[in-house]
Amino acid sequence: MLVQTHELCSVPSLDHDYGMEDYGKGVARWCPGCGGHSILTTVQRVCKDMQYEPEKTVVVSGIGCSGRFPHYMGTYGFHGLHGRAFPVASGVKFRRPDLNVFVVTGDGDCCSIGAAHWVHAIRYNMKMVALLFDNGIYGLTKKQTSPTSPLGTHSNTHPRGSVLPPINPIQTTLGLANVSFVAQTVDWNSAHLYATIRKAAEHPGLAFVRIVQRCPAFMRDLYGDIAVNPKNLILLSHENGINLKPKARQAFGRVIEHDPSNIHKAREHAEINNGIPIGLLYQNTDNARYDEYGAHNIGMGVEEKKQNLESLLDQYSTSNSV
Amino acid sequence: MDYIDSGDILNEGDRIKPRKIKQAIVEIVSDSGEGAQKCGQSFGAISAKMGNGVWTVEIIPAEIQPPARSREGASGIRVRIGSDKVTNMGNHADLVIALNEQVLYGRIRQDAYNENTLMFIENKWAKSEQESVRQQYSEALLKFKELGIQVIEISMEEECLKLMPDPRKGKNMWILGLLCYMYDRDIPKAENQIRKIFKKKTDEVIDLNIKLLQAGYDWARENLPFHYEVTPMDVDDDMVVMNGNEALSLGVMASGIELCSMYPITPATSVSHHLAEYFERVGGIVHQAEDEISAIGFAIGASFAGKPAVTVTSGPGLALKTEFIGLAVMAEIPLVIIDVQRGGPSTGLPTKVEQSDLLAAIYGEAGDAPKIVLAAATIEECFHFVVLARKLAESFRTPVILLSDANLATGVQPFPRPKIDPLWLTNPIDQSPWKDGAWPFGWDEKTGTSKRPIPGQKGGMYTVTGLAHGQTGKVAYDPEINQASVESRSRKIASFQKSLKSPKINGDPEGDILLVGWGSTLGAIEEAVADARAEGLKVSSLHLRFLFPIVPGLVDIFKRFKKVITVEINYSDTLGHPMVNQENRRYAQLAWLLRAQTHMDIDCFSNVYGQPLNPEKVLKMIKRELKIENSEVKV
Repeated sequence: MLVQTHELCSVPSLDHDYGMEDYGKGVARWCPGCGGHSILTTVQRVCKDMQYEPEKTVVVSGIGCSGRFPHYMGTYGFHGLHGRAFPVASGVKFRRPDLNVFVVTGDGDCCSIGAAHWVHAIRYNMKMVALLFDNGIYGLTKKQTSPTSPLGTHSNTHPRGSVLPPINPIQTTLGLANVSFVAQTVDWNSAHLYATIRKAAEHPGLAFVRIVQRCPAFMRDLYGDIAVNPKNLILLSHENGINLKPKARQAFGRVIEHDPSNIHKAREHAEINNGIPIGLLYQNTDNARYDEYGAHNIGMGVEEKKQNLESLLDQYSTSNSV
Repeated sequence: MDYIDSGDILNEGDRIKPRKIKQAIVEIVSDSGEGAQKCGQSFGAISAKMGNGVWTVEIIPAEIQPPARSREGASGIRVRIGSDKVTNMGNHADLVIALNEQVLYGRIRQDAYNENTLMFIENKWAKSEQESVRQQYSEALLKFKELGIQVIEISMEEECLKLMPDPRKGKNMWILGLLCYMYDRDIPKAENQIRKIFKKKTDEVIDLNIKLLQAGYDWARENLPFHYEVTPMDVDDDMVVMNGNEALSLGVMASGIELCSMYPITPATSVSHHLAEYFERVGGIVHQAEDEISAIGFAIGASFAGKPAVTVTSGPGLALKTEFIGLAVMAEIPLVIIDVQRGGPSTGLPTKVEQSDLLAAIYGEAGDAPKIVLAAATIEECFHFVVLARKLAESFRTPVILLSDANLATGVQPFPRPKIDPLWLTNPIDQSPWKDGAWPFGWDEKTGTSKRPIPGQKGGMYTVTGLAHGQTGKVAYDPEINQASVESRSRKIASFQKSLKSPKINGDPEGDILLVGWGSTLGAIEEAVADARAEGLKVSSLHLRFLFPIVPGLVDIFKRFKKVITVEINYSDTLGHPMVNQENRRYAQLAWLLRAQTHMDIDCFSNVYGQPLNPEKVLKMIKRELKIENSEVKV
């Protein structure tokens, strides 16, 4: 371990070789078969492969099944309020560029109660990985319609079927100002899940990843078909995209070449309704980053602060002029 | 104050010597955008620099741009200067300078003037092309004279036209010149003030405004029979002069806080304007969030990560922040929340003063969420209490709400220059390894306090949660753990209370009436008490700075008075209405709190006119309570 790490830069530990066990804590209490388990393991793997120092890593969540995520990580965690993971995570990162920040949020959390923060977090484009656990239903509160539930979903709040078309989180995110990274993956393809979160972690800005997630308890059928029939998954392929080994590509029935720098094509693909586009829809590494603005003057010493404060007080002094 | 009887304008060449007076209350009122506030603020600043006591209060219309010449559209300022320290806006104005006569109606309704008030009115309206305007003007003058007010018409526009083609933007400095003559102000200081306020403008603009100042001064010298001297105080201290929101902003900077996360809201926003301009020079930064909720969430995130943070808001914003305040209590994250109160409920009176967020600040959250609540009573305290709030937030690992109000926000008052302690500026970020085996909520059995791990600290990894948790930080639904953890958070507040001193009494420690106040009403209450005591009445007062927890020793103090009355700017039912009785009467907020805490029969005097409290109203109330019929005080 380096004796001193400057606040401004993230210096990986030199005498440490972090293993999976360094990123885990406790036993995850999601239902058997829940997509959360595979996402947790994948995030831990990415942390290990990036050799993130656990003490320099913060996982921020909201409320819902996904909200429990930080409790199972061996890093710092913040299990906050429903819908408010983005503001907290942004505050963590703003003056601490040395921290690796993950945001874990669900479809109700992100696309309903916290929708305002989602819109603005995309615009802030602070370097962090945002994982949307989208299972199309409220699980923790036992089966209420979510903003991403398909039209006609039978739930406890819409026993005769939901009446509004769902929000498409990918389409929405791609329409937001200053969007810099949008990817989509599924919880049940670990190779693609890993490659996506890894790519997201390497992105210089806010990497928004929608994870199509199964909920065996309340939405068994939502992705049932898709999960068993790979033809429904459309792999977006490109040299600058999320790349899989040839063998892993075989899991996908359809493959489309898509250049992730093309936002118009990305928006088109986001609206595909006869399958789920999987991969990197859009990436732009040149966008303005609010965390860079936030960190532009950190670390001023006490002496300098005091001196500048005194000269500011001079302006209010009754004895500074005639 | 009695002015020279003659309302006549002097003949050219007449000179008079300044007459010494103890104090003067001056108002400048106009339509919005005519620079009345700039004129008054400058008059206040010059007076402060001369060593006078000063208090200014802005007169703000509710609308951004009310129609010209509307009765309720008065925009302007009141400046009270004195030979001693001035702590409140006083009673009736001695002088009002009006750029049109209509705006005076609203101020008369607000009881700002009486028969001793001298009115200087712009007389260009007498020559208006519109007959209706000429008529309104002459009607108003008649009406004001009927009220016994001395009215003097002045051709301000005509005088300014000699120097510039459009006096709309210059008349204010001409008036400043007039005031400088009338109250014998120092002209070089006035010129410097002009250079300061126009520092972003060209030299031409500065020169023109200095000429206007001189012209106003010369005109007054030639034409006015009024010339006063308000002797300055002998002050050794190095003083600073600013308004309450500037003091809050400088307090934030001096406290070592390095992030202000906010969303615009009147009347708190100018704190962030000031910070936005200067904060980066002292290593801080302002974040304008997408909403009030996000603003506090962002601040909590930063504080969790070891960066001291503040969020600044007003009543409606405080309401939106309550869920996050509850989380900060539960998760024990230090945070300073500044609430510059305004009239409520709901959108209420955005630009007017009220003290009605007290109970919301103390009890606003769902569940049991004790925290520290402070209230600044002076501009000086606006500065120092931010420093104190940060210290308390970190020592007790809790959110601290600091209450100010619209009266302090724009009020200007000189105070001794703060001596910055470098310790205030230190960052709490500790990156040394976390003590092996220590819990993230290792509550001290006696005090309930604990040390928190900060991201970056090796071995301190824990997950903050708003769910019930024990000392290990792990989610726990065990009934015993929940009882113990809620108790620990409450005990912290009790142990803080143990460190507080009993408040000082203003006046004798026993008597007929004890007035109890909090916040910006300090000056008005103490002036009323001084006046009452001068008349031989047995009245004292005390002023609370710590509202939650409540300071020790109150019962013993209250017992020594026949009656204890809180004085507040918030609503309470008045006994006497057929629907109101002892059983259902709603008390003013501090009275409610003190009744609950002391089990004593504490009365209250409060209203919600949206006006700062003046000493006369308090004095009248005291006399009513003491059943003194032949009160000399007139309304």
